[in-house]
Amino acid sequence: MSFLTLTGIQKSFGPVQVVKDFDMAIEKGEFVSFLGPSGCGKTTVLRMVAGFEAPSAGTIVINGRNQNELKPNQRNIGMVFQAYALFPNMTVHDNVAFGLKVAGMDKAAIDARVKEMLGLIHLGHLADRFPYQMSGGQQQRVALARALAPKPQVLLLDEPLSALDAKIRVSLREEIRMIQQQLGITTVFVTHDQEEALSISDRIVVMNAGRADQIGTPFDIYNRPATRFVASFVGTLNLIEGTVVDPTANRISIGDQDITLREPLGPAKAGDKVSLALRPEAGSIAEGARGDTALTGQVISSNFLGSVIRTRMKVGEPVISFDMFNAPGRNPPAVGEVVTLRFTASDLLIIRE
Amino acid sequence: MKTQKIGAWIAILFGASYFVVPLIATFEFSLRMRRGEYSFDAYRSVFSDVQFRESFSYSIVMAILTIIFGVLLVVPTAYWVRLRLPQMRPVVEFITLMPLVIPAIVIVFGYLRLYNSSSFIPFTGSARGTDALLMFSFMTLSLPYMYRSVDTAMRTIDVGTLTEAAQSLGASWPTIMFKCIFPNVMSGVLSGAFITFAIVIGEFTMPSLLNRPAFGPYLQLIGANRAYEPPALAIIAFAITWLSMALLQLASRLNKSAPSRP
Amino acid sequence: MSAKQAIDLKKTAIDWLGITPFLLFAVMFLIAPTLYLVTGAFLNPAGEFTFDNIRGLFTDKIIASYWISIKVSLASSLGGAFIGFFLAWAVVLGGLPSWIRSSLLTFSGVASNFAGVPLAFAFLATLGRTGLVTILLRDWFGINLYATGFNLLSFLGLTITYMYFQIPLMVLIITPALDGLKKEWREAAEILGATNTQYWMKVALPILFPSILGTTLLLFANSFGAIATAYSLTGSTFNIVPIQLYAQIRGDVLHNPNLGYALALGMIVITGISNLIYIWLRMRAERWQK
Repeated sequence: MSFLTLTGIQKSFGPVQVVKDFDMAIEKGEFVSFLGPSGCGKTTVLRMVAGFEAPSAGTIVINGRNQNELKPNQRNIGMVFQAYALFPNMTVHDNVAFGLKVAGMDKAAIDARVKEMLGLIHLGHLADRFPYQMSGGQQQRVALARALAPKPQVLLLDEPLSALDAKIRVSLREEIRMIQQQLGITTVFVTHDQEEALSISDRIVVMNAGRADQIGTPFDIYNRPATRFVASFVGTLNLIEGTVVDPTANRISIGDQDITLREPLGPAKAGDKVSLALRPEAGSIAEGARGDTALTGQVISSNFLGSVIRTRMKVGEPVISFDMFNAPGRNPPAVGEVVTLRFTASDLLIIRE
Repeated sequence: MKTQKIGAWIAILFGASYFVVPLIATFEFSLRMRRGEYSFDAYRSVFSDVQFRESFSYSIVMAILTIIFGVLLVVPTAYWVRLRLPQMRPVVEFITLMPLVIPAIVIVFGYLRLYNSSSFIPFTGSARGTDALLMFSFMTLSLPYMYRSVDTAMRTIDVGTLTEAAQSLGASWPTIMFKCIFPNVMSGVLSGAFITFAIVIGEFTMPSLLNRPAFGPYLQLIGANRAYEPPALAIIAFAITWLSMALLQLASRLNKSAPSRP
Repeated sequence: MSAKQAIDLKKTAIDWLGITPFLLFAVMFLIAPTLYLVTGAFLNPAGEFTFDNIRGLFTDKIIASYWISIKVSLASSLGGAFIGFFLAWAVVLGGLPSWIRSSLLTFSGVASNFAGVPLAFAFLATLGRTGLVTILLRDWFGINLYATGFNLLSFLGLTITYMYFQIPLMVLIITPALDGLKKEWREAAEILGATNTQYWMKVALPILFPSILGTTLLLFANSFGAIATAYSLTGSTFNIVPIQLYAQIRGDVLHNPNLGYALALGMIVITGISNLIYIWLRMRAERWQK
C-alpha cells in the first residue's frame, strides 16, 4: 500500500470538469511533481489533497487513513504557497512557530524546533525580521520552514518558485530537494516549468486537460514520452512527419530519404503518415559519430546558445534541429553546408495519439 | 460556514434597519402636516417659502464658485507637483489633509479674528468680501477631497510624457493645461466637484458664523421654529446628497481604468 | 558655468512659482488662522506670554464640556467602528450575494455625507417625542420610550444619531482592509492546524488591528469636531466643546477672547493627535499589506 493514494479523483466547478479520473500512488519519502500548463488541473488536485477543495468523486488516502471527511486543519499536511503567504504581522520566528503553537506545544520545545528549522534553511540570523523586510527567496524559505515545523506527513508545494528570479529559482529548488531528501518527507510539487520538474523529482505526472497523460521518472518522461502532448510539453523536440514505405520491413521515408525504424510500426500500410520524435541532442554530425541511421540535409540556420550550438537542417520538406556542444577549435556549421546527422534508430520514437 | 452566513445576514439586516428606519420615519413625519391624513403640504410649504428659494440658490451659486476656484487651484498644483516638484509632494499632501485635522469651527474662528473689519485684509468688512471669505472657507473644507480625486486621476496619466509631447508640438503652457491636462483628469475633477457640492450645500458652521444667508443656517432656523417642514427638508437634503454621490460614482466609473486604485 | 547656474536658478524659481498660489492659499486660509489661535492661546489680552488661558481650561464647566464631548465621540466612534466592522465583514467574507455589497457601499457613501442639520431632523422624526419609532413602540409594544429615561437630546441620543454617519464611514474605510486579507493567509493557518477562531485571533485581527484602531480614531476626530447636528438637535443646552466654542465666537460667553483661543487649541490638540495616530497606523498597515 502506497503512502498517499488518490483513486478515481474527479472535480467539477459547476458545469466545468477540471479533474477527470485521476489515479496516483505515491510512496513514502517520494518527491513527485505535477507538471502541466496552467488550467490542466494540477493545482486543483493539490488543493484536494490539502482539503481546500472536496473531490466530486474518488478517495484520498494518506498512510492508510481516508482523508475525504477531514478538514485541512486535521490532516497534518505542510503546504507552501506561490505567493509565500507568510503572516505579515509576525516575525520569522513566530511564523515558523505558528503551527506548533496552535498544536499546544510548550514554549521551550517550540523554540528548539524553530531554531532547528531556521538552521535547516540557513536563516537563523533573521529570526526577528518581519516578512516585509526580506527578499522573496528568503520569504519562501521561511514558508518552507513553517510548513515543515509541525512534522507533516506530506509536504505540498504549489508553484513555490514561480514568483522568484531565475537565479534564486535554481538555487532554491536544489535546496528544497536537499531538505526533502534529508527529512525523507513525502512531497508533491506543482509546477508548469518542465526543467524544474525534471531536475528535482523522483517521478513526474504530466497533466493535460484534467488527466494524467503520463506518470514516470524524469528520465522516462523525457526520453520516452507516451503522448504527443508529453513529447511537446517536456523539452525541445523535433516532431517529424514521415511516410510508411514498407510496413513489414519497418521502413519509412523522411523527405527524400528512407530509413529503418527499430520500434515496430504496427498495423500500417504503405503511404500512411507517421509522427516521429527526435531529441535535438540525440544525433551528431561529427566525423565518425556512432549511429546506425543517417539523414543528410542542408543547414538553414545555426544558433550559438553558449555551451551548445543549435543547428537546423532541411531534409527534403521536414526540418530537423540538432544540438552539438561548443568546442573552441571547431566552427559551427555554415548556412548552406550539406551535413549528415547520425543517430541510433531506437532514439527515433513513434508518437501515437 | 452556515453560522457564518446567518451571522452575515443578521449584521446586514441590523445595518439596513439602522439606515432605513430613520429615512422612513422622516418621510412619514413629513407627510403628517394635514391632520388625520397624509399629504405633501409640508413640501408645498417648503417650496413656496421665499427664504428657502433664496438660501438654496445662494448655496448653489456658492457651490459652483467653490468648485470653479477649487479646480483652478488644485489641478495646476497637483500637476506642477507631479511634474516639477515631486520633493514637495509630502508637504502638499499634508496641507491638503489639514482641514480634516482642524475642525471647521476652529478654522472659521481664525478667519473671524484674522480678517475682521479692522484687520489688514478686511474680508468681513463688506457683504461681498464675506461672500469671498465664505467661498475660500468652502474651498478649504473641500480641499482634501478635491485634491485626492484629482491626484488619483493624474496618477493614471503620465503627465511628464503628455507635457513633453505637447511641448514638442509647440503648445504653450495655457494650451497644455486646458487642452491636455484638464480633459484627461476630468473624471477626477468631476468626483471632486460632486463631493464639494454635497459639502457646500449642507454646511452650517461656516456660513452661520460668517452670517451669510446660506442653506445650512436656513435649515437650522426652520428646525427651531417649525414642526413638519424640517423632515421634508431632511428628505430633500438626503435626495441632494444621494444625487451628488450617484453622479460621483458615475464620474469615478469613467476612471475605472485606474490600475493603482486600492 | 555661471550662466548655467543662472539658468538653474531661473528654473528653480519657475518651479516654485508654480505652486505659489497654492502655498499662498494654504498660508492665508489654513496656516495663519490656526497659528493665530494657537499663539493667541498663550497670550493675555495685553499681548504678553502666559499659561493662564491653558490653566483657565481646567475649570469645572470647560472640563465638563470636554468630557461630554470626549464621551459622545468615544461612544459613537466605538459603536460605529464595531457595527461598521461587522457590516463590512458580512459583505466581504460572509458569502452574501454581491448586490448587497455594492448597495451597502453606495449607501455608505451617501450616509457618511448625510450629516449636519438634516440628520438631526431625521432623528427627531424617528426617536423624538412624536417620532415614528417612539409612537410605534408605544402603540404596538406598550413601551413608553421617554418614560424609561431615554431622551434624544442626551448623551445616548446624540451617540445614536452620530452613529448614523460613523457606521458608513467605518464601512467605507475598513472594507478595503478586509479585501486585503489574503485567502492564502487563512489557508496557511488552516493547513498548519489552526481553527477558525485561532486564525482570527492570531492572524486576521492582528493584521486588521492598525486599520481598525486607526479608523476608530478617525471617527473619533470626525465626531469631536462636528457641531451642526448637535446644535440643531439640542440648541445650546448640550454643552459639547464645539457648541461651547460656537457660543464663545458669537458672544464671548467666557468673557475672555484668549480663553476662547485656548478652547480651540484644545480641540486642535485632540483631533490632531487622533489624526496623526490614524495616519501613522495607516502607514503601518500599508507596509504589511504590500
